[in-house]
Amino acid sequence: MRISGARMVIEALKAENVYTVFGYPGGAIMNVYDELYKQKDIKHILTRHEQGAIHSAEGYAKVSGEVGVAIVTSGPGFTNAVTGLANAYMDSTPIVVISGQVPLSLIGTDAFQEIDAVGISRACTKHNYLITKVSDIARVFKEAFYIARSGRPGPVHIDIPKDITAQLGDFLYPDFVDIPTYRPITRGNREQLEKLINAIEKSSRPLLYLGGGIVQSNSSGLIRQIAKLTGIPAVETLMARGVMGSENPLLISMVGMHGSYAANMAMSEADLIISLGARFDDRVTGKLSEFAKYAKVAHIDIDPSSINKLVDVDYPVVGDLNFVLSEMVNLLKGFNSNKFIDWQKTINKNDQLHPLNYDKSAFILKPQEIIERVGELLRDRANISTDVGQHQMWSAQFYPFSRARQFNTSGGLGTMGYGFPSAIGVKVADQNRVSINFTGDGSILMNIQELMTAVEYNIPVINIILNNNYLGMVRQWQTLFYDDRISQTDLSMQPDFVKLAESFGGIGYRVETLEEFDKALLDAIDKNIVALIDVKIDRRENVMPMVPAGGSLFNMMLK
Amino acid sequence: MSSKTRRHIISVTVRNESSVLSRVAGLFAGRGYNIESLTVAPIPNEEFSRITIETIGDQKTVDQIEKQLNKLIPVLKVVEREDFIEQEIAMAKFPVETNLAELDALCRAFNGKISIISENGIIATISDHPIRVGAFITASSRFSPIEIIRSGVVAMEP
Repeated sequence: MRISGARMVIEALKAENVYTVFGYPGGAIMNVYDELYKQKDIKHILTRHEQGAIHSAEGYAKVSGEVGVAIVTSGPGFTNAVTGLANAYMDSTPIVVISGQVPLSLIGTDAFQEIDAVGISRACTKHNYLITKVSDIARVFKEAFYIARSGRPGPVHIDIPKDITAQLGDFLYPDFVDIPTYRPITRGNREQLEKLINAIEKSSRPLLYLGGGIVQSNSSGLIRQIAKLTGIPAVETLMARGVMGSENPLLISMVGMHGSYAANMAMSEADLIISLGARFDDRVTGKLSEFAKYAKVAHIDIDPSSINKLVDVDYPVVGDLNFVLSEMVNLLKGFNSNKFIDWQKTINKNDQLHPLNYDKSAFILKPQEIIERVGELLRDRANISTDVGQHQMWSAQFYPFSRARQFNTSGGLGTMGYGFPSAIGVKVADQNRVSINFTGDGSILMNIQELMTAVEYNIPVINIILNNNYLGMVRQWQTLFYDDRISQTDLSMQPDFVKLAESFGGIGYRVETLEEFDKALLDAIDKNIVALIDVKIDRRENVMPMVPAGGSLFNMMLK
Repeated sequence: MSSKTRRHIISVTVRNESSVLSRVAGLFAGRGYNIESLTVAPIPNEEFSRITIETIGDQKTVDQIEKQLNKLIPVLKVVEREDFIEQEIAMAKFPVETNLAELDALCRAFNGKISIISENGIIATISDHPIRVGAFITASSRFSPIEIIRSGVVAMEP
């Protein structure tokens, strides 16, 4: 049977088991929207901005582990999607974004709503396609989903001209992908792995440095096993929060610019750093020339280009962490788990010396106590999203995460406005858990229009605004490094967040005490509609500890 | 690891697709790698093209370039080695009054010849190792060339 290109898009999505898409229609993508209208299998969630659609798809992907899908139109529809693509690219999130394009015959003529979409997305996607033949649609979709989820995952963008979605053709969805030029290495080199095991046996201060790759490869259980078998302590990057579980005695804490004292000291004093799906980001290493000076470095990663990129690696292993760690578990059976007990003691001593901490006040709420409170009340019952800034770091530091995929944040790109729409995607993917978005008074306004989406589809995201009337993280840097010159970061001019939420049909709360907060949170959960909880917090609270940008990891400001 | 900066030749086999050159060039631009020269043409009777890139950098940078190139989906193979057999073409236009015998002798010394003589000038074409192409350009300066172009390097594994 001959069907239209637009119908092929729908059939391809079904073949990939996609039942929810996020998007926003427009001229060049109308054929696809017409086919969406005619069917019942795929639910379309109309966001109120294309950026929101892409972030929602990403939140969906991060929490479910499935490929998230978004659909936008040409021109501004696509350019609005670029931040979302870039965000997914930096965090290696598997999403597929479909955009409309002007008809083939008009490409290159500066037609209405024409932009060279693949030219723009080339720099911020794992791969992209401009479809020029209706007969290519099936193959391109099959490849796109495969590329998005395999190897080091990432966003794939498909641009389809309007005449292609109108043309008729035969549709046969391929069973297999065959891309001779793309064959990710999945099984690690056994010999290299044995060398690493040897190095672990010889070391006295080894450290597991856990990154987002553990989450992506669903290897959290394996890494907990390895830690338990060997007694090797672990630090987590921002992207790996939840991997070890906050109760795990071998988890030190988060490492990096706002990592704990004990975690950063462990990184600096280790004699063997075993990096697992992490990439030695500058926010983790601090000054590179001073980083882990006394350590041998092992690096297991599916992306060969991550190895030796910034730090010279002694034991490189290219492969899928799930395969490699399974093998490691076998090789490490019978390991003396008390071997590193002195090292553990040193770390514990450091942790007691300078634990992650803050001073409470009788007069004003501290952001950290709000996050701890949510943790006490909801623990594993919530998925936690954040925007970007101080509240993001406090969430990473103080929420008691118990599992991988519980924490959804914009790590690499640091996109303000990511939190709320992505928390919508999170809720859609995992409806049985409360979807919390910790946000700031700056970030929340960057995609506030998604209140309408959340109300329309009854997606009860609870936004907790840690409101300090500042663009807090930039203000913190201005205070610390620019003699407190508060340049354009005072956000005292604010909407009434309660009325704002209500005007969209959601619910708003303004709280100034912990009791008020508890009441608001429980009421919001109970009412089960989208909420803004505006929490007035200490304006001048800083995120500590802090390694100043470019400073050595062991040189932390503690207060 | 050696941090010595030197010239490297990277040979990249890619699928014949319209966007592949911009992916490669975009990667170099986006990550701040330099391109001294770049040549590209389809490999006869295959669905692949061969791109030869001449770059300058230390070994660590070049290793990273190789890995980044390999990450591009349409890239089949990346080879970087010191013993490539290299070849480059140069063309130079000289004033009509140039001494033909002397110019011809120079061209022959560099595997070349005088390609055309017209009222606009004399065009000489040579083909040689890129270092010798440089030597030709230096040597030909005494004939006051009006214009010189180089093709960029092509290279084959021995």
